[in-house]
Amino acid sequence: MQESAYLLGQVFNGFSVASLFILAALGLALSFGLMRVINMAHGEMLMLGGYLAYMTLQVVPGPLGILAAMPVAFLGAAILGGILEWSVIHRLSARPLDTLLATWGVSLVLQQAARNMFGAIGVEVVAPTWLNHTVSVDSGFFKGLDLPFTRIFILIVAALVLGGIALVLNKTRLGLYVRAVNQDRPTAAAMGVNARRIDLLVFALGTGVAGLAGVILALLGPVTPTVGQSYIVPAFLVVILGGLGSLVGTTIVSIIIGLFTALIEIFVDVSVAQVLLLVFVILFIQIRPQGVISIRTRALEG
Amino acid sequence: MVQRNVTPLVFTNRNSAANAATIGRFLMSLKKIGFAAALLAGTILTTATGARADGTVKVGVLQSLSGTMAISEVPLEDAELLAISQINASGGLLGKQIVPVEEDGASDPSTFAQKATKLIEEDKVVTVFGGWTSSSRKAMLPVFERLHNLLWYPVQFEGNECSPNIMYSGAQPNQQALPALTWAEEKGYKSYFLLGSDYVYPRTANLILKKHIAHDGMTLSGEQYVPLGGTDFSSIIAQIQQTKPDIIINTLNGDSNVSFFKQMAAAGLTPDKLPVMSFSIAEPEAKAMGPSLLAGSYTSWNYFQSLPGATNASFVDAYKAKYGADAVVDDPMVHGYVDVYEWAAAVKKANTFDPKAVRNAAVALGFEDSPLGSVKFAGDQSMVQTGYIGELQPDGQFKVIWQSPGAIQPEPYDPLTFPGKSCKLHTSF
Repeated sequence: MQESAYLLGQVFNGFSVASLFILAALGLALSFGLMRVINMAHGEMLMLGGYLAYMTLQVVPGPLGILAAMPVAFLGAAILGGILEWSVIHRLSARPLDTLLATWGVSLVLQQAARNMFGAIGVEVVAPTWLNHTVSVDSGFFKGLDLPFTRIFILIVAALVLGGIALVLNKTRLGLYVRAVNQDRPTAAAMGVNARRIDLLVFALGTGVAGLAGVILALLGPVTPTVGQSYIVPAFLVVILGGLGSLVGTTIVSIIIGLFTALIEIFVDVSVAQVLLLVFVILFIQIRPQGVISIRTRALEG
Repeated sequence: MVQRNVTPLVFTNRNSAANAATIGRFLMSLKKIGFAAALLAGTILTTATGARADGTVKVGVLQSLSGTMAISEVPLEDAELLAISQINASGGLLGKQIVPVEEDGASDPSTFAQKATKLIEEDKVVTVFGGWTSSSRKAMLPVFERLHNLLWYPVQFEGNECSPNIMYSGAQPNQQALPALTWAEEKGYKSYFLLGSDYVYPRTANLILKKHIAHDGMTLSGEQYVPLGGTDFSSIIAQIQQTKPDIIINTLNGDSNVSFFKQMAAAGLTPDKLPVMSFSIAEPEAKAMGPSLLAGSYTSWNYFQSLPGATNASFVDAYKAKYGADAVVDDPMVHGYVDVYEWAAAVKKANTFDPKAVRNAAVALGFEDSPLGSVKFAGDQSMVQTGYIGELQPDGQFKVIWQSPGAIQPEPYDPLTFPGKSCKLHTSF
C-alpha cells in the first residue's frame, strides 16, 4: 500500500470513527439541549438497540434483517425512553443531580435486566454478507486503498440520521416548538406550546436515535449487557465539547476527535493516542469552556 | 493471567449452582456458630493443620463470585467443587470428607488477600484452590507465604514468579505462547503482528515473544496495544493492511475481541485470509462471541474440550450432568479440577494434610490419566504439560491441529528474556 493511500485511509477512518461518535452522542445532545437532563442511562439505550437487533435477526434472518432491525430498535428504544421520561425524569426536572443519580440507577437496572434475560456474556449479531466487502482502489495515486463497505454504510446512516433530525428541528412544526421551548420555556408555554409534551417527544426521539445507533454499533462491536458503558464516555465528551445541546457542535467535534485520533495513530500507538486525545480535550475545555458552538438561551442566562 | 471480561459489572447473575453455593455458605455459617459453641464446651479438638476430629477436613475455594471476573470464575469454581464432590463420593481422603469453604474474591485483589487470610486463620483450611487474574495471585502470595499455607492456581499466566506456597498448574509462557510461535514457524509464517490489551499479561507475553521472534530470525511487522475494553480498531487494521504480516498474535481481552474480529471481517480480513492466533479465547468465549465470526482462527492451550480419551469424556459428561447439557469446559476449569485431584494424591502420598508435606509430596507426583493427558508437577511447582494448537470450528469447538512433541517442562523465567533467573524450589528434582 502506498503512503498516500494509507494517509487517505486514515482520513476515512477518522470520518468513520466520527460517524460512530455522532450516532452514539446525538440522542444525548438532543435531550440535554432541550431539558438539561444528564441521562446516565443513554449507554443502555445503545445496548437495547443491540439486543433489539439480535431479536429482530432471530425473526427476520437473512440479508435484510439488519435493515428491519433499525426501525424496530428506534421504536423500541423510543418507547422505553418515553416511559423513562414520564415515570422518572420529568418528576425530577427541577433537581438535576437527582436526575443524574436516578438515571444511573436506571442504567444499572437495565444492565441487570439484560443480564437476566440474555446472560452475562454477549449475544451474536453478525453483519450480513452484503456489507462484508471492501471498495478497493486498484490503480492510480491511491492504489491499494481498501475501504470497508460496512464503514461506508455507517457513514451514510449517520449522515441520514443527522439530516433527518436537522429537517425535523428546522422544517416542522414540532421542530419549531422544540426550538421555542429551548430558547425560552416560560414564554413558549405562555404562547400555548405544551412544553411537557415537547420534553417527552424529544426525549423519546433522543433515545430512539440511540436505539438505532445501537444496531449500527453492533455491526462493529459486541452486544453485551455492559456495552453501553464503552460508548457513554466518548458520547459525553462529544456533547460537552460540542457545546451542550448543539447538533452542529456535536458533529464538528465528532469529526475533530475522529480525525485527531486517526491521524495521530499513524505516529503513536493506540494507548498513547487515547492519552493525547484526553490532553487535547483538557486543553480545549480550558480555552473554550462553552464548547465549539455555544447556544445562548434565556433559560441559561437566567 | 488474562482477564476475560473487563467491563465493570456491578451486579452479577449467578447460575443456580452458584445460588446453591450461597445456600451452602449460609449453612456453613450456621455450622460455624455451632462449631464456636462446641469449642466453648471444649468437646471438639482441632488439630493445628485443620483436620478435624469429626471426620471432615476443610479446604478453601476462593474465586470471584461477583464482579467483572465472575463470568469466568464461577464455572471454574463449579469444576473445583465437582472434583471435591467426586472425591467425597468415593470415600473421601484419609478417611475424612472434604468440606469446601467458599469465599468470594469479588474480582478485587485486596478482597482476595483478605478472604485468603480469613480462610486460613479462621476456617483453618488446609489448602486453598483459587485465583484467576495475576493481580489476585500477586495479592494472595504474601498471605500464603506468611501463614505457611498452599494455593493451587489454575490459570495460564505470564510466569516471572516463583513461590514455594503456590502450585502453578496453569501454563507458563513456554507452554502456551512459545508453542504457538513454534507451530507458526513450522507452518512457514515469517512476519508477526502482535496485538494486545494494555496490561501486564499481553505486555509480558509479547516481550518474551519478541525476543524469540528476533532470535529465530523472523520479523516483527507491528506491535499494538489498546486500552482494556477498547472498541475501535480502524487504525490498527489499516496498519495491518499496510505491513501485511503473515499472522497476528492476539492477546486482546474480553469484548475487545468481538470488536476486533468484526472490524477485521468488515475489512475483508477473515481468519482464512489472514490467520489470527489468540491466547484468551477458549470454548466459553468462542460460544459467547459467535463461532461464525471466529471460525478458522487459532488458539493455543494445554486442554481442549475436544481432546480424545475416556478420562476427558467422563469429566465432560460429569460436568454437563451437573451444570447443564449446553455447558462447555475450558483449560482453566480443567486445571482447577485436576488441581483438586493432585492435592488429594499428594495428601495420600504424604499421609497428612500439612501444607509443607503436601507440597513436597506433590512435586514429581504424576497424574497419568487426567483429562489433560499425563501431567505432573516439576521441581518449580509448575505443571509439566503438553501444548496444543486448536482451530475453531463452526460448532464452537476446537479441532486439535498440532501438539508439542511430548510434555513441556515449565520455565517460569524465559532464558532469552530473563537470563540468569531460575526457579528451584525442590532441588532434589
